Amino acid sequence: MDNEGSGTEFVLEARGVSKIFGQNRALNDVNFGLKPGEVHALLGENGAGKSTLIKILTGAYQPDAGDVMLGGERVQFRDPLDAQSYGIGTVYQEVNLLPNRSVAENLYLGHQPTRFGFVRKSLIARNARVLLARYGLDIDVEAELGSYSVAVQQIVAICRAVELSGKVLVLDEPTASLDKQEVDRLFEVIATLKAEGLAIVFITHFLDQVFAISDRVTILRNGKLIGTRPLAGLTRTDVVRMMLGKDVTFVPAVTGIEEREAGPPMVEFDACGKVGKVKPFSVWIHKGEVVGVAGLLGSGRTEMARVMFGIDQTDSGEIRVDKKRVDLKSPAQAIAHGFGFCPEDRKAEGILGDLSVRENIIIALQGKLGWFRTLNRDEQMEIAGKFAEDLDIRAHSYDMPVKLLSGGNQQKVILARWLATDPSFLILDEPTRGIDVGAHAEIVRTISRLREDGLALMVISSELDEIVAYSSRVVVMRDREMVAELRGDEITPSVIVQAIAAQPEGETA
Amino acid sequence: MRSMRLTRALNPQTIALLGVLFINWLLFPGFFDVTWQDGRLFGSVIDVLNRGVPVAILAIGMTAVIATKGVDLSVGAVMAIAGAVAATMVTEGYPTYVAVPTALAAALACGLWNGILVTYFAIQPIVATLVLMVAGRGIAQLITEGSIVTFSDPALIFIGTGSFLGMPMPVIVAAVLLVASVVAVRSTAIGLFIEAVGVNRVAASLAGIRSRLLLVSIYTFSGFCAGISGIIIAGDIRGADANNAGLWLELDAILAVVIGGTSLLGGRFSIAMSVMGAIIIQAMNTGILVSGFPPEFNLVVKAGVIILILLMQSPLAGRLIEARRNSRLLSGKSS
Repeated sequence: MDNEGSGTEFVLEARGVSKIFGQNRALNDVNFGLKPGEVHALLGENGAGKSTLIKILTGAYQPDAGDVMLGGERVQFRDPLDAQSYGIGTVYQEVNLLPNRSVAENLYLGHQPTRFGFVRKSLIARNARVLLARYGLDIDVEAELGSYSVAVQQIVAICRAVELSGKVLVLDEPTASLDKQEVDRLFEVIATLKAEGLAIVFITHFLDQVFAISDRVTILRNGKLIGTRPLAGLTRTDVVRMMLGKDVTFVPAVTGIEEREAGPPMVEFDACGKVGKVKPFSVWIHKGEVVGVAGLLGSGRTEMARVMFGIDQTDSGEIRVDKKRVDLKSPAQAIAHGFGFCPEDRKAEGILGDLSVRENIIIALQGKLGWFRTLNRDEQMEIAGKFAEDLDIRAHSYDMPVKLLSGGNQQKVILARWLATDPSFLILDEPTRGIDVGAHAEIVRTISRLREDGLALMVISSELDEIVAYSSRVVVMRDREMVAELRGDEITPSVIVQAIAAQPEGETA
Repeated sequence: MRSMRLTRALNPQTIALLGVLFINWLLFPGFFDVTWQDGRLFGSVIDVLNRGVPVAILAIGMTAVIATKGVDLSVGAVMAIAGAVAATMVTEGYPTYVAVPTALAAALACGLWNGILVTYFAIQPIVATLVLMVAGRGIAQLITEGSIVTFSDPALIFIGTGSFLGMPMPVIVAAVLLVASVVAVRSTAIGLFIEAVGVNRVAASLAGIRSRLLLVSIYTFSGFCAGISGIIIAGDIRGADANNAGLWLELDAILAVVIGGTSLLGGRFSIAMSVMGAIIIQAMNTGILVSGFPPEFNLVVKAGVIILILLMQSPLAGRLIEARRNSRLLSGKSS
């Protein structure tokens, strides 16, 4: 246990909490303690269990095992409103207020002071002014909230949460849509709150920000607690290593994948990029080669994939397929050049939930064929059957809705969808996220097999073991920029971790 | 296997239609009488089909729109425009074979306009089509110059009131359109693409479906259907009434689609079932008229029946039926 002392020093504490969704353990025996007057960063990649833990602490979920303790006593929150009445407030990335009402009304929405049933507008405005002044915000509180910047709206949301609850404040990625100055302004407010003795949970993807304001950090991975440490004495490399689960002493099972520089590349992205999303990058991939992409969430890795697949159009450089220059204005055009893309968010961007397994598998091929060259039912069944068997997709029937399959099988369906189009270049964005161990291993094997079959693949993954196992080159992304390209002996988890963590030059934390 | 097929044939729509027809027969014993007169069929049942045509045709186009998570509120107004164009042109001496295609072209243009607003300008369908729902009647009035244009063009009147092979001409037109659109949608990949876009438009476009072209085509087709419907109504009343032709029929068409089991959330759809929905609505209207009740009852009864059908389709009903089946299975095992 990393936590020193007894439980009583914590305002809010989770003791051995677990949460199970279906067959998935989202949270496994996790301890988390929050002291008054600290900013406690909660870190972990997608699916690590951050949001599940927060939802348990704020009453949105009930734990399946373990206890939530408030001031040393066991509590059970019915819902977030109940948790709020115990002093626990939450502010989300998206401001959950009413942009078309005034700042003051938003601050007191739901608990307006009234006289004879009428809202006392002037009193609300006066209170609001006093409240905001405490945090150095001097604005017209009677103007519409929506007329202010997102940062001001965030601060208003924070003030509201503090005013309503006042013991614990959970900030769930509050800085995701703010620029540098706005972040600084928000941090001043957080510092004020901290000085007042509030306990603050801070969730973010930005390591700089963690180091800028946090006192302690708790890291989760795959639903398990990796550790809680005081931030003083930790380096960025330590933190990344804990998040991605790599020890420096780790010796990878070298699989000896050579680069296939022979012949021209299958695809080349020459100084392609998208302003505001990802800085220009140059990547080329040969037949029979896997290029791994490493980087934390928000590092620009998905944005790079979107440019490559024509979802976002590059505004610089050029794209070449088989040495011929091509324009990619849409996914349909990319597919026509033999591209395929398995998106990271399977549910929102991958599967067609209500449609059958068969239809989900043939949809991209049919899309390529167009409206009129129709695959009849028998042909569809044959294609679906072939690839489902190939990838060992377990479904009672190919006519059942794909949404009823497990995550791993859904991922295989999307992979089958692309293999059915006979692609030459596949982009896989986190292909093994959120799926069970067995399916995980199968997908990793499939990636290796496809490479041997002569496909060009680009695989984005947070699993460094995985990347090391199948990549012949590794591209590292940080702060929306391609910062390194590793090859040969450099491809080890520890080198990748260092490349991800390196402090950007000329930037003050 | 046979019970499977039986339960599929006994879907809520069929049960509802049979129920409505049965009640009609109770209230008006002559309901199913069909006679042959002057080379065509007459009777209440034929009347249900004939009167149901305008909404049925609208429902054909509306099904595709709703399957993509959209809605087309403008179809009633587009009917008025198409009727106004056809009527005005024949009264000005153009032959029917010019007037009817021009009216259809106007309707297509209306649908295209909707489609462009929805896809290229990304306006919510309900708002985008509301524009033409309101403005369309104004346009129709401009075409008819504010008056009800009557005509005596025999070919146009034949479309609305004539008969072919013993059936009323509108029923023939609707049947041909129904068959043609079902074939067009199901024997090509269009149906699959519509459902894919309706279920998850982002995932569908990432799978390479050109969703914009598809959506524009669907709204254009909905306009086309409204045009046919408008011409039939104009032929039927031998005139174009810009104010009243097709008034509120967009709502009946949406209702027909929903009764037919296509979800307003998009996805799976059935054009044939939507047409069945339109016939159910008309069977109720006709039933109330022929059984001698005052027409005021019409709306109330209609509302009641619709609530019933929707309840039968609701997830709650599905769960209840399943729970009962399961409990019966269990008790059967234990005994």
